[in-house]
This record gives sequence, C-alpha cells and structure tokens, in this order.
Amino acid sequence: METNTTTNRIRIANLNEIDRRGARTVRIHDTEIAVFRLSDGSVHALENRCPHKGGRLSEGMICGSAIHCPLHDWKVDLSTGRVQEPDTGCVTAYPTEIDGESGAVYIVI
Amino acid sequence: MNNIQKLVLIGNGMAGIRTLEHLLKLAPGSYEITVFGAEPHPNYNRIMLSSVLAGGAGLQDIVINDWSWYEDNNIRLYTNDPVTAIDTEKQQVTSRSGVCISYDLLLLATGSKAFILPLPGADKDGVIGFRDIRDCETMMETAKTHKKAAVIGGGLLGLEAARGLLNLGMDVTVIHINGYIMDRQLDEAASLMLRRELEEQGMTFLVNKRTAAITGRRRVEGLKFADGSELEADLIVMAVGIKPDIELAVSAGIPVNRGIIVNDHMETNIPGIYAVGECAEHRGITYGLVAPLYEQGGVLAQRLAGMETPGYSGSVTSTRLKVSGVDVFSAGDYKDEPGTRSLRYQDDIGSVYKKIVIKEEKLIGAVLFGDTSDGAMLFSLIKSGESVVGREKELLLGFNPGQPEASGSMMLEQMPDDEIVCGCNGVSKGDIGEAVAAGCRSVGEIKACTKASASCGGCKPLVEGLLQLYAGAEAGETMKEGICSCTTLDREAIIDGIREMGLKSVKEVMNVLGWNEPEGCTKCRPALNYYLGMLWPLDYEDEKESRFTNERYHANIQKDGTYSVVPRIYGGVTSPADLKKIAAVAEKYNVPLVKFTGGQRLDLLGVKKEDLPGIWAELDMPSGYAYGKTLRTVKTCVGNTFCRFGTQDAMGMGIRLEKAFERLNAPSKVKLAVSGCPRNCAEATIKDLGVVAIDGGWGIYVGGNGGIKVRAAELLCTVRTEDEVMEWTGAYLQYYREQANWNERTAHWLERVGVESIKQALSDAETRKQLVTRIEETLSTTTDPWHEIIHNEELRKNFVQLPELKPVME
Repeated sequence: METNTTTNRIRIANLNEIDRRGARTVRIHDTEIAVFRLSDGSVHALENRCPHKGGRLSEGMICGSAIHCPLHDWKVDLSTGRVQEPDTGCVTAYPTEIDGESGAVYIVI
Repeated sequence: MNNIQKLVLIGNGMAGIRTLEHLLKLAPGSYEITVFGAEPHPNYNRIMLSSVLAGGAGLQDIVINDWSWYEDNNIRLYTNDPVTAIDTEKQQVTSRSGVCISYDLLLLATGSKAFILPLPGADKDGVIGFRDIRDCETMMETAKTHKKAAVIGGGLLGLEAARGLLNLGMDVTVIHINGYIMDRQLDEAASLMLRRELEEQGMTFLVNKRTAAITGRRRVEGLKFADGSELEADLIVMAVGIKPDIELAVSAGIPVNRGIIVNDHMETNIPGIYAVGECAEHRGITYGLVAPLYEQGGVLAQRLAGMETPGYSGSVTSTRLKVSGVDVFSAGDYKDEPGTRSLRYQDDIGSVYKKIVIKEEKLIGAVLFGDTSDGAMLFSLIKSGESVVGREKELLLGFNPGQPEASGSMMLEQMPDDEIVCGCNGVSKGDIGEAVAAGCRSVGEIKACTKASASCGGCKPLVEGLLQLYAGAEAGETMKEGICSCTTLDREAIIDGIREMGLKSVKEVMNVLGWNEPEGCTKCRPALNYYLGMLWPLDYEDEKESRFTNERYHANIQKDGTYSVVPRIYGGVTSPADLKKIAAVAEKYNVPLVKFTGGQRLDLLGVKKEDLPGIWAELDMPSGYAYGKTLRTVKTCVGNTFCRFGTQDAMGMGIRLEKAFERLNAPSKVKLAVSGCPRNCAEATIKDLGVVAIDGGWGIYVGGNGGIKVRAAELLCTVRTEDEVMEWTGAYLQYYREQANWNERTAHWLERVGVESIKQALSDAETRKQLVTRIEETLSTTTDPWHEIIHNEELRKNFVQLPELKPVME
C-alpha cells in the first residue's frame, strides 16, 4: 500500500522461525501483530485481536487462507482481515514481503 | 550398514508412491530408493483432475507428495524421464535420458494409458485422452480458442471429462456406443435419469453411435460415424477405457496378460520384480479404482518390510460419480440375474432412484442415484456378506414402512417463536424460521446463516426438526449430513474410506475423499486427526496444527489470552513437598490466581504464554491434561484408608486408573471417579466412567455426565477385583474411542447407541481382551508433552514473542 506518507519496512523474522500453518507474534508500537505462515509458503500479518472478544488470532487454527479465532471460532480471511459471514467485522491487515534469497520476512507499517 | 538394498520404482503415480509411503513407515532406512516418473510433476491425485477442470482446485492443490517429501525421505527422483529398458539379467534399468541404475528390487507401477481407438485419423492434433495433468492443460488451452468438443465414451471417465469441458465453456457432445450411458456401472433406469440430468446441464448425447473415422487435415475437424452421419469437433477426448501400460514389462520378458501378472504378494514370476496398481493383473483382474490399488500397495509394503502377510485377495469395488450435483453410486452385482431378487425405489419427480439386489439372503449389489448417502453403509454390507433378511426395505428406504414413526413435531410446533434453540449463539426458533423462509434448506445452510448448532452442536437435532417443520418435503437430506460443510461424508463413510484405502494423513483423506475445502475447517481437521490416530496407533504421526490451541500449547487458553496450568495430582492425593513446590512456583511467576478445581487438583491461572515452559520445568510434574480431549482427572474419596465406612481402597484404585490411562487420546474429554463405598462421596455416577465399591467388589457405571445436561451413569457390570476393574475400564474406553464421533462425550454416545449394545459388545471376554490390547498399544506411544516441549527448542520457540523492533525509516 504505497501512499505519499512514509511507510516503514521492518524485518521481523526469518521464514524458518515460523512453522508452516503456524504463527508467531511481534510487538510494534504497542500493537501486537500476529504473523502467519500458510502451507503454500506465503506469510500474512494481522493485528492479533479478534473483533469479537479480542481473542488472540495467533493461537487459532489456520485452514487454507483463513484463521479461526481460538475463543469462539470466528473465521478471519488472512489476506484482507475481513471476518466471514454471518459474523461481521474487520481486522487490520499489514502487507508483508519475503526475501526469497535470505528468507527474511518484512512487514510494512 | 552395507546391507541396504537398492529399490527402484518405475512410475511416480498414486499406487507406487503409496507403497513407498507405507514402506517408509514400516521399515525406515532399509532401502535406498530411486523413483522414475514419465511426467514432470511430483506425485499427484489423478482422481482430482476433474476438480481441476471444474475450477474447484488448482494443480498445486492436487499434489499428494510435494518435492520436499522426496528430499525428506532421501528418495532420488527422476521426473520427465521414463524408464525405457530393464535388463533382468544384470538387474539394471535405463531411462530415456540415459540414467542407468542397478537394483536389488524393482517395482513396476506404470499405471495405464487411455485406450485410443485405432481409427483412421486418431493421430491428428486435438485428439487426447483424459489421464493426466497434460491432458487437462490441453483442454484448458484448447477451450480458449475452440468451441466444439466431442467425448467418445459415455462411461465414468467420459462424463467427468465432458463436465470439465462444459465448465471450460465448450459445447460438448458425448458419443456412446451402447444405448445407455455408464452402462458398466448403472442399470437402465438410473442411466436414463443421469442422462436427463446431464442434458439439463448442457451436454448433448449421441447413443448407439459407432465412430468410424476422425476427419480433418493436421488438426481434427470432425467425426464420421458408421451410420454415415457426421459431427463437427475441434477437440476429441477418447474415454473409452484404459489399458494397463505393459510395454516395458513385455520388452523385459516379464509375463503379461492384460496386465503384468502378479500373485497374491504382488510378485511377478521374476524374483525381485513386483508390480502394483493399474498395470498389475491379479487373479485375472486389473483394477482402475483407487481403493484396490491402495490395498495392493499396503500388502506389498508389508512384504518388502519383511512382515508376514496373508497377501492380497482381490477387492469388491464400488463407484461414485459426482458431476456437478449429480450423485451416482454403484457397487457389487447390480444387474438382475437368475436367482437374484431386487427392490427398487424410483422417484422421477425428485430424481431419486435406489435399487438393491439380494441373493440368498445377502446383499450383493446396489445402485443409488440422486441420494448416495447410504452408499458406504450398503457397500460394507455387500463386503461383509451378512444376512439382510427382514431389513431389505429399511436398507432401501432408510426406514421401515409400517412402523409408526416417533415424531417430536408436535413439541416443535408448540414451541414459542422466541424460545432459544441454540444456547451457545442465542438463536431462537423464530430466527430459524426466518432463515428457512429466506431459502435455507439444510442444517449446514441454517448454521452458516444463523450460527445455530455451530458451537457445541447439542441443538442439532432440534434444528433438524425445525427444518423439517418449516421446509417440509423441500428440506434436503437432514439425517445424513457430512461431519462438516467441507464434505458430504459422515463419520462411518470416512472411517471406511480411511480403513479400506489405508489413508495415512489428513491431507490424503481430504484429497482422496474429495473434500471441497483443500485445508478443511476447525471441525473436520481435528476429527480426521483423531480418527487417523485411532485407526493407526503405531504409525500415524499426530498433526499438531490440526489441534485446537489448548492441545497445541498443552494449557487452557483463557479469555484474555493467558493460560492456566494444572499438574497431575493422581487420584487427588498430594504431599506437603508437592504443595510447597506448587506454591513456590506460583509465587516466583506471580501467578494471579491459584484455585482448586472440581476434579481435586490445583489450577494456576493467568499465566503468560512465554512463562509456560519455565513453570512446567520448575514444577517438574506431569501434565494434568486439563485442556484436552483425553483422560482429565480421577476423583476419589478417602476410601478404607481412613474412612470408617470405606469398604475398598478408593484412592489406590483411582491412582492406578489415572496412571494407566493418562495421556489417552479420546473423542472427547473423559472424567473418572472412584468411591470406596455405596455412599459414593466421589460422585462417581455422574462421570464418564465411575467405580463404586461394594462389599467384596466394585460396580462400574458408565455414561454419566454432571455438566451441560445431567445424566446418571448406568451400571455396566459388577466385578470382584481391581484387575477386573482395569480390564473393563480399558475395554470400555477403547470401545468408546473406536465407536464414537469425534467430540462426542460418552453420555451422548451411550444415548445414541444404547447401553445394551455396549454391554453386549463387552460381555465377550475375547472382545475385551482385544480391546485392551489395542488400548495398550495406543498408550505405549504417548509421552509427557510438557517434558517434550521443555527439551525441544523447535517447539519452545512458539511460546515466545519475536523480539520487538523499532521501525526503520526508508
């Protein structure tokens, strides 16, 4: 999401520090962010807070390209942060980049 | 290690790789393995090719073993490089690219080819089979520039290809040599119904047509038929059958008939050379369906691992076709022959047709159209060969006509609209009525629309009843729903599939059984993970990413994202030293709350995730599994150790039970209790299994529940000794593990199947012995998870946050 304000690209981890179909968390500016690695190798980042009751999405189960919140099974799309119907809401999603050479994972804030 | 034998596999398809997967589990490291594949891909699921054409799956989704699997298992893989010669004297194979490798054991799994009719013009561009990814790619490419497709052959394969071509936007004509499509699998009535359905979807059929020639210059332009008529076509798919790929075997002098001839151990008559899959001919039969091929692979793997096996004795096969909402199933001998009797149900309005064929009191065949939910059940009856006398109508219709149906519809009608049906999600009867009015026609749809029955599932029968009430005859199949919305299969069909085809991983089950979500959901993933572990206790590797948070991190997640820690306190009996240790740890880590649980243990609540491994290490106690679908706690009273009424040693019995069965994976949580006299101070009669002492013996009570719906346990049996208590408990728990649905508590399971059926099953001493053997086998593989995590950095990393970083301006 290039805008005319300054964006920051932060190296948060190496790919091998996140299990496939697993997640790690990182704090940036007092926001806890969950970083997910899917079975296809892609990495997605969401604010680690379910819009329903604040559940930590990082602890949930990854199914395909969605994360299920561990508290009440709300389903959140990992690329958009949108909650699947019939529930409603949206989680902040952050763009990520992977350096194919070094395996470094970056997040854009 | 100089005795490692060289194993060469020719063919990188489902049957061959399946055999290797088994072999790697049974005898890891005993072979140096090389695989040659003619296609440029890793091993993929050929059955899913129609889904790729249908757009439901990408090529990536149908890969069964990706490149890394070969690497992880040290398998040398040559793709795009078929073997062109076998020298059986020197024991060497040579590939097209000139790779020459010697072997000790050679495994032929060359599969089969599409049978291309030897018609004039069959070699023109645009004439293909429907066998592999390349054929699929050709269809997709052609569909971009051409419109008219013809499929020769109206069998299973032809119809799947035709459906795929329709999805790609082509006009499709299916040409069939006989009068009825799918005549190898269906009787006339079902075939006509199928044809009508497919015509509605847009297919055109030409039956009783024999193709005489393919016309065109370089590229195909049309077809000529024997009766002189013609048809324009710029893509022709030949789907008249498959023929085993035996050229290589023939050139090497390995005896063949239609396929490569093998005995019951999949051996050819040349020592050290085996064949498996579609290329093999066993007792005169070549198979083209996945189940028998997987069965063969299992037998061969055991053989190669040096195990004694009774060998492979052939398979009864069944067929399932699913083309865009049309369900067809057939199995066994479904044609009416002398000596057979059949029952038919035909409903042209609702497009449902069912037929079962009976011979000498046994079910020998079945055809189902439009509603195939009974397929798995009928198929297992055909295979078991048991008598079905008196049950025939029930098998056909799903109920026994003439029997009054118990109906709760009155109760539902009288229920007020604002009454809450689903307590978990606050859904009222009125909400469900509105959902049905808005078009919901199945429990799954109601669930997606209102969330009723989406959490604990306890209200599902009510939701089903209301669906019937509001939608009446329009309601879809309500009694037979898949275990979740990712599949239409119920537990029995899934378990049968896993057993028959020897499926060994969650992904494989989803692939082979045709899941409509490539990675499933939070309902089916944990369920499949449990079923696989239950069915293959020794060689299934638990898939932690398919377990809930609690079971992944071995602690209970709380509402604020913190966790709780409950160490084992066997039978609720502790010591001053242990109490001091728990207290010291709770102080050191500032644990916000220390509470006694209802199961006589101590709960440390509000623990930060990153502190869990440290707390576990300092407690140095086994996990109490207060978070899992497993044995939780064994509550006890004081018993005759101190109590003046006690008749037996309740604490000793409880501790013995807890030590024996801790860490057991179960469909749902299991709570036990032991009381030392009939006063029952441990409240053993509201537990999944409770033991109550009487003078000179013990009563064992099962199916109790003190939670969501109080239920008193029922007496299973009375025994004399502690050893017998152990035996009955082991047998009962294993029977529950094998029979219940995942996430079904014992109380619900017992209500569903009836206590009598359980009593009867366990009354046989031999059955109990086998159940106990199996539960001991399962328990033998468990280890303490806290201990494991403490000592494994790879697991421990997931408990801590990544280091906080300051943004860098760019």
